[in-house]
Amino acid sequence: MDDKHDEYKRTVFVTVGTTSFDSLVKTVDSKQVKEALSAKGYTHLVIQMGRGSYIPKKSSGEDGSLVVDYFTFSSSIADYLRSASLVISHAGSGSIFETLRLAKPLIVVVNEDLMDNHQSELAEELAERKHLFCARPQTLCEVTKSLNLDTIVPYEPGDANPVAKLINKHLGFPVD
Amino acid sequence: MVDFVSVSLVFVIASTLLVVRILYVISQSSKPARNASQKSLSTLVVLGSGGHTAEMINLLTVLQKERFAPRFYIAAATDNMSLQKARVFEDTLDDKISLKGANSIQFMQIYRSREVGQSYITSVGTTLYALAHALWLMVKIRPQVVLGIRWSHIFYVESIARVKRLSLSGLLLYKLRMADQLFVQWPSLQKQYPRAHYVGRLM
Repeated sequence: MDDKHDEYKRTVFVTVGTTSFDSLVKTVDSKQVKEALSAKGYTHLVIQMGRGSYIPKKSSGEDGSLVVDYFTFSSSIADYLRSASLVISHAGSGSIFETLRLAKPLIVVVNEDLMDNHQSELAEELAERKHLFCARPQTLCEVTKSLNLDTIVPYEPGDANPVAKLINKHLGFPVD
Repeated sequence: MVDFVSVSLVFVIASTLLVVRILYVISQSSKPARNASQKSLSTLVVLGSGGHTAEMINLLTVLQKERFAPRFYIAAATDNMSLQKARVFEDTLDDKISLKGANSIQFMQIYRSREVGQSYITSVGTTLYALAHALWLMVKIRPQVVLGIRWSHIFYVESIARVKRLSLSGLLLYKLRMADQLFVQWPSLQKQYPRAHYVGRLM
């Protein structure tokens, strides 16, 4: 990886979690999307491709284009999320909330090939609340071109304590 | 002939007892525990895949560990990450709070009744197989609390990914009134299912 211009390094991290999401990886690896990301000031593209069969093309970015790298899985993507300036993720709730809790700008891409797509409900609800942007593989390029991070409303992390309280109360334990 | 009659009789009695038992369990659920002793309760934690496990770990983090012990974790046989995440979570617990002893924390796998995308027809067979396996595990563990058949209190937390509709598991537990408490994480669900508890989101 090119470490020369670290202070100008702005990384886009793409994650598909434990799934196979070839249409997202293909779209992100396309000339149009990479050029759109470059135009927005991003310098690096890291793709976590999961169980997919489409393999992206690595690039050292010598010709001024994005530096592209990829991998299949990692035991924890927390470090990749932390060093990203923009995250493009599948619509899994784990990826979404891990990213939101790190306060990273997020584009969620819904996989329309999944049968019972309840995942899109979550992405749409959070997009309505302006916590993230929502796209489909076909619309990702457009969404990238018109990306405006100023419209994002920060997400307030949830709290498991009220649930724990009710559970304790029901079991007859003293509630602190 | 005699054999047939006695076998049928045993079958009828057993079925009747089972139905009475199930009705009793249903009638007793959602009533708060009358015993307010400080004894710890053996707990079964059922882990769904991916993001659902993260929600569960979030909930376990704020529960008093000494109250919910020993702990048994169950995940689907095809889910490679969830038990690993649970192991990591248990490892991070303070030594004073976590339990010593070989049997106090256990991790088990269970067969899924249906994989994502599996046809509904073949699901009938795999569901029956998974059910048999599950029953066997329950008899083996006999937890007092099930997180995720009185002997047990059952608490079900619907996934945060369920905004407008309950999952199949949630719907079954709600309609059959089998959970003591069923939590939803979005207000739109609480409006549709008034007996569910809504106290905000876990993540």
